[in-house]
Amino acid sequence: MNRKPIFSLRGVEYAYPGAPSRALCGLDLEIAEGEWVALVGANGSGKSTLAKICNALLTPTQGDCFVMGRNTRDETCVPDIRRAVSLVFQNPEDQIVASVVEEDVAFGPENLGLPSHEIRVRVDRALEMAGLASCRLKGSFSLSGGQKQRLALAGALAMQPAALILDESTSMLDPEGRQSFLSCLGSLKSAGMTIVQITHRMEEAIQSDRVVVIDSGRSVWDGTPGDFFGGAYVRWNFEEPPDVSLYRELLSRGLLPDGTLPDVGAMLDALCLS
Amino acid sequence: MSVVIECLSYSYNLGTPAIVTALSDVSVSVERGEWVSIVGHTGSGKSTLAQHMNALLIPQSGRVEIDGTEVKPKAKGLRDLRRKVGLVFQYPEQQFFAETAREEIAFAPHNWGLRGQDLDRRVADAASAVGLDAALLESNPFSLSGGQQRRVAIASVIAAKPDYLVLDEPTAGLDATGIRELTHLLSELKRDGLAIVQVTHDLQSALDRSDRLLVMENGVGVTVGGAEDVAAFLLRNPVRGLVIPPLVQFSAGLRARGIEIPLTGDLDTIVRKVEERSATPLKYEPANGACAASDGQGRCSS
Amino acid sequence: MQFLSGISLGQFIPGESFLHGLDPRCKIISTFILLSGLFMASKAPDFALWAIFLVCLSAMSRIPLGTILKSARPVLFLVAITVLLNIFWTPGREVFRAGFLRVTAEGLVMAFEMGMRLFFLVSFASMLMMTTSPMAFSDGLERLFSPLAKVGFPASEMAVMMTIALRFIPTLFEETDRILKAQVSRGADFDSGGLLKRARSFIPVLVPLFILVFKRAENLAIAMESRCYVPGARRTRLNPLAWGRRDTGAVSGLVAFISLVVLLDRTFLRHFSL
Repeated sequence: MNRKPIFSLRGVEYAYPGAPSRALCGLDLEIAEGEWVALVGANGSGKSTLAKICNALLTPTQGDCFVMGRNTRDETCVPDIRRAVSLVFQNPEDQIVASVVEEDVAFGPENLGLPSHEIRVRVDRALEMAGLASCRLKGSFSLSGGQKQRLALAGALAMQPAALILDESTSMLDPEGRQSFLSCLGSLKSAGMTIVQITHRMEEAIQSDRVVVIDSGRSVWDGTPGDFFGGAYVRWNFEEPPDVSLYRELLSRGLLPDGTLPDVGAMLDALCLS
Repeated sequence: MSVVIECLSYSYNLGTPAIVTALSDVSVSVERGEWVSIVGHTGSGKSTLAQHMNALLIPQSGRVEIDGTEVKPKAKGLRDLRRKVGLVFQYPEQQFFAETAREEIAFAPHNWGLRGQDLDRRVADAASAVGLDAALLESNPFSLSGGQQRRVAIASVIAAKPDYLVLDEPTAGLDATGIRELTHLLSELKRDGLAIVQVTHDLQSALDRSDRLLVMENGVGVTVGGAEDVAAFLLRNPVRGLVIPPLVQFSAGLRARGIEIPLTGDLDTIVRKVEERSATPLKYEPANGACAASDGQGRCSS
Repeated sequence: MQFLSGISLGQFIPGESFLHGLDPRCKIISTFILLSGLFMASKAPDFALWAIFLVCLSAMSRIPLGTILKSARPVLFLVAITVLLNIFWTPGREVFRAGFLRVTAEGLVMAFEMGMRLFFLVSFASMLMMTTSPMAFSDGLERLFSPLAKVGFPASEMAVMMTIALRFIPTLFEETDRILKAQVSRGADFDSGGLLKRARSFIPVLVPLFILVFKRAENLAIAMESRCYVPGARRTRLNPLAWGRRDTGAVSGLVAFISLVVLLDRTFLRHFSL
């Protein structure tokens, strides 16, 4: 891959003030433009710390994090970095600033000091992309959980970032909300957005281009979702999605032809039954 | 002995323009020792129903009966009913206020009048029931891990010795290990005789473990029954916010291809069935599965 | 058991009515004019005019009168106390006596006046909050205070603070309700025992509430920072405030109305005792 790197982390260490142990201990990671990377790991493995490092919300205690070539240590680069990288957090309620949908989406662009007609264009585009165009004037808190999280996504998109970091953004949503959120991501990805998705739900990693496993503050595995579900995850005691277990089981007994996708429909079609 | 809910309806903000109907005409019952799951999308009324089960909410219409006592406004015995039916809220660790886990667990039994040695014994029993190390009892509950906090929260409810335990999304926010441990814990509590009512949107785990399931959609109970019946119902009638779990989809696909198989069988059952009916070892077939072409009636595209 | 549901406390109700469309500065100024006008009213016919005015406002905002009155409910007890204090503690001509309490004619008049004034005061204030989004409200305040910014008054920070404080009100109610319910289901009893015991029984509600609110405030601060919010930096607006002809019209109309009421009060109604 010869695409431009968006994030380069070199030996990043981070310890929260007063914490007995480090949250990140020597993490190396390179993420290129247009990639969809799933960062997986158990609670407390350092994933969320990593997200904050990438947005210059935290500065590494050791090592460096470069975002589009700019070091997050450099105070003068911080505004540019925050503009280039948008974060969506776990709890949608904790990200809503304004009580009206469009005012909330406008909060970021307003902070950039843009003229109001440009803010309007950005807000409308972001709401469109997040599938919330019809909710423009609704109260932010009258939305459903999935809609609230897409509102947070729209707020991030209105910054017109080069990369999106999603920190467990689907974990508080029900399957319906999760699906609507993930399908939003799918279309962003095809529009060329770099997506870093932090999750502990294995099935969400299937959509990505690349899976990186974080364990005890280090990146311990890096590869394609195919290889990951083909067996790599076993080493880290992750919960396997049931369809993946089924897939592996059928494959290992020779009941499925090689090259079948780990998808229920595809597996059924590939079975050869008497 | 059971919790019986009949034709229950409930609206929030009754009599204001902001009225929201949370439940309409829901009926379900929970027998002692049973595991009942309530599944449905966010806002389907699951939590409101759960809060009726321990008399936190009083029916606006319909009835709720706990072991033969009807829940009525201003009734004297409401607190006793709340002791009988323990309710674990979503993210229960957000209700912690005490300085030690012991104090936190002692809160409920203390409220119900236990003191001294009886109280200590109750706390110790509850802690061991949830598998909480006795050494952790003296620690600050906020310093514990997510999974341990959840255990403390559950212990603080079962310390009142309820006969029914209602849990609202007990696995929310936990990672895979945490979920596995918690589910195991609930099975053990059930084995010890406690009835479990689990509110969840994880259909797979509900199908795996419940004796019966109640499916909710927009405040209405759309079906009640055993796992097999509910799975069959959901395949016929899609319900908002409930995704058919992959294994059920797969089993349904096998059925459509003429294989007799339960819809909610576990992985081994499915693999064994497929193996039995597999025509030829497929390793030598062309990679794109030529024999699939003959079959175009898949009911369960994903 | 009825918990905290249904309390609105002058929360914003999105809409597109005449009142919603007015410049927030116009509405804030008008509210102050209204309040000072109220203190010049003293007779029953004056208050009748004010009541008609309130009905007109309700029509112009397309918010039902009932909703406006309901929002005044939480402060109704304050009105009641004022009325009682005035009835019993105003010196003057005695009307009747019950034990050590004496009721005077002046007291009755005073109680009526104060009760009416307080009631209209609350109604107009909640009218302002119901038709003005928190964002617009704080924008308006910021602009009104902006002359003070030159002498170092943090008008812009105050505006953002205001937005967030208002946005937190519904969250606060929801969380309090949830924690109350959770502790009641663990056998907490808030209704029995002496004053001290009752006060103590609220510790299990207040502690988790504070912890939660601080945590959420911290999360929100992080989310705002990641959306490029820098305290004190220049911000632009999606909907910049624009003082229009109708704002001037509204304020003029209001001043005319109040002059009329005051004129009536001082001329025709001079000899009315109530």
